[in-house]
Amino acid sequence: MSLWTYANPTRFMSTTRPLVPALGAIAAVFLVVGLVWGFFFTPDDYRQGATVKIIYLHVPSALMAINAWLMMLVASLIWLVRRHHVSALAARAAAPVGVTMTLIALVTGAVWGQPMWGTWWAWDPRLTSFLILFLFYLGYMALWEAIEDPDTAADLTSVLCLVGSVFAVLSRYAVNFWNQGLHQGASLSLDAEENVADVFYYPLLVSIAGFAALFVALVLLRTRTEIRARRLHALRLRERMADA
Amino acid sequence: MIRLIFRDLTLGLRAGGGFGLGLAFFLIVTVLVPFAVGPETARLAPIAPGILWLAALLACLLSLDRIFALDREDGALDLLATAPIPLEGLSLAKAVAHWITTGLPLSLAAPALGVLLSLDWPGHLWLGLSLLLGTPALSLIGTFGAALTVGLRRGGLLMSLLVLPLYIPTLVFGADVARRGAAGLDPATPLALLAAVSLGCLAGLPFAAAAALRISLR
Repeated sequence: MSLWTYANPTRFMSTTRPLVPALGAIAAVFLVVGLVWGFFFTPDDYRQGATVKIIYLHVPSALMAINAWLMMLVASLIWLVRRHHVSALAARAAAPVGVTMTLIALVTGAVWGQPMWGTWWAWDPRLTSFLILFLFYLGYMALWEAIEDPDTAADLTSVLCLVGSVFAVLSRYAVNFWNQGLHQGASLSLDAEENVADVFYYPLLVSIAGFAALFVALVLLRTRTEIRARRLHALRLRERMADA
Repeated sequence: MIRLIFRDLTLGLRAGGGFGLGLAFFLIVTVLVPFAVGPETARLAPIAPGILWLAALLACLLSLDRIFALDREDGALDLLATAPIPLEGLSLAKAVAHWITTGLPLSLAAPALGVLLSLDWPGHLWLGLSLLLGTPALSLIGTFGAALTVGLRRGGLLMSLLVLPLYIPTLVFGADVARRGAAGLDPATPLALLAAVSLGCLAGLPFAAAAALRISLR
C-alpha cells in the first residue's frame, strides 16, 4: 500500500468521493469561524483601523496562490517521471484555483492599499511578483486549452511548468533587485506576518486552515470532473468507433 | 551544427524578413515613441534605455514563430529530427541563428537609435553592451517558446503570452544596465546578473526546448 495506488483513477475516484464533501464542510466551518472571529471579535488596529481585517482574506489567499503553483510543479514532475494521468489532471485542476487565489490576493491587497498607502497599486516587489505569478498562471492555462491531444498537452504544460517555476523564482529576485535600484529602501512592504499580535494571529491561523481545506476540496473536485470528462471523451470515441 | 546555423542564416537572408523585418520594426517603434510621449529631450532621455530595450524585446518576439514553424510546414523539421544531430543541438543551432539574425543587428543598431531618443554619450555604449549580453537569453527563451507551440496552428499569440513573462528577468537586468550606464552609475552588478541569466539560459534551455520539440513531433 503506497501513495501510488491512488494513481489509479478508479481508486482515486472511490477514495476522494467522501473526501470532497468532508473537506468542503471542514473548509466551511473553519472559514466561517475564522472570518467571523476575525471580522467581528477582534479589535481594530490602532493605526490601520478596521482595514486590518482584510488580512484574514489576503494572507491565506496569497499563501494558497503560491502553494497551488508548488503543487502544480510537483504534479507535473510526477506526470513527467511516472506518467500517472491523475497527476497531470490534478495539475490542470489546480491552475484555475491558483489563479483565483492570486486574483483575490491582488484585489484584497489593492483594497487595503488604497486607504493605507493611498494608492491601489504600487510597483513594490511583492505586488509585482504576484502580478508576474498571475501571468504565469494565464500562460499555463492557455497552453492547456490550446492543445487538443490530452497527453501532448499534459507533457508540454508540465515542461512549461518546470521552466516557468525557474523563471518565476528568478523574476521574484530580479524584481527585488529592480525596485531597490529604482527607489531604494522601499517603505511599502509593511510585512504583516512579523508584527501581528496574538489577537489577530489565532483567527488568521483558523482562516488559513479554512483556505487550505477549501483549496484541497476544490482541486479534488476539479480533478474528479477532469477524470469524468476524460472518461466521457473515451466513451464517445468508442461509440463512434462502434458506429463506423 | 555549424552547417545548420549557416543554413538558417542563408534562409533568413535570402527568403527575406530575417534581418530586415526585425530591424525595421525596431526602428519604427523607436520613431513612434516621441510621437507618443513628446519630443522634449528632458522627457526622452531618461526613458530611452527602457524604451529601446522594450522595442528590442518586441522585435525579437516578432521573429520567433519562424524559428520552427517554417521548417515544420515544409517538413524539414521532421527530417532534422531524424538527422544524426541530437535535438538539443538543433535547438541550440536554431537559437544561435536567430540571435545572429535578430539579436546581433539589434544590439549594433540600438546605439544609433539611442541618438534619436537623445540618449547621452556613455549610455550608447552600455545600451549596446547590455543588448549584446542579453539578446542571447531572449533568443534561447524564444526558441523554447517556439518549440512549445510548434504543433499549434495559431501558436503566435499564445507564444507571446508564454514567452513574455519568461523575458522579465532579462529585461529587468538589461534595462537596468542601460539605465545605470546612461545615468553614470556603476552598472557592474546588473551586468554580471544579466550575463548570469544569459549563461544559465544557454546551459539549460536547449534541453527544455528539445524536450518540448520531442513531445510536439511525437
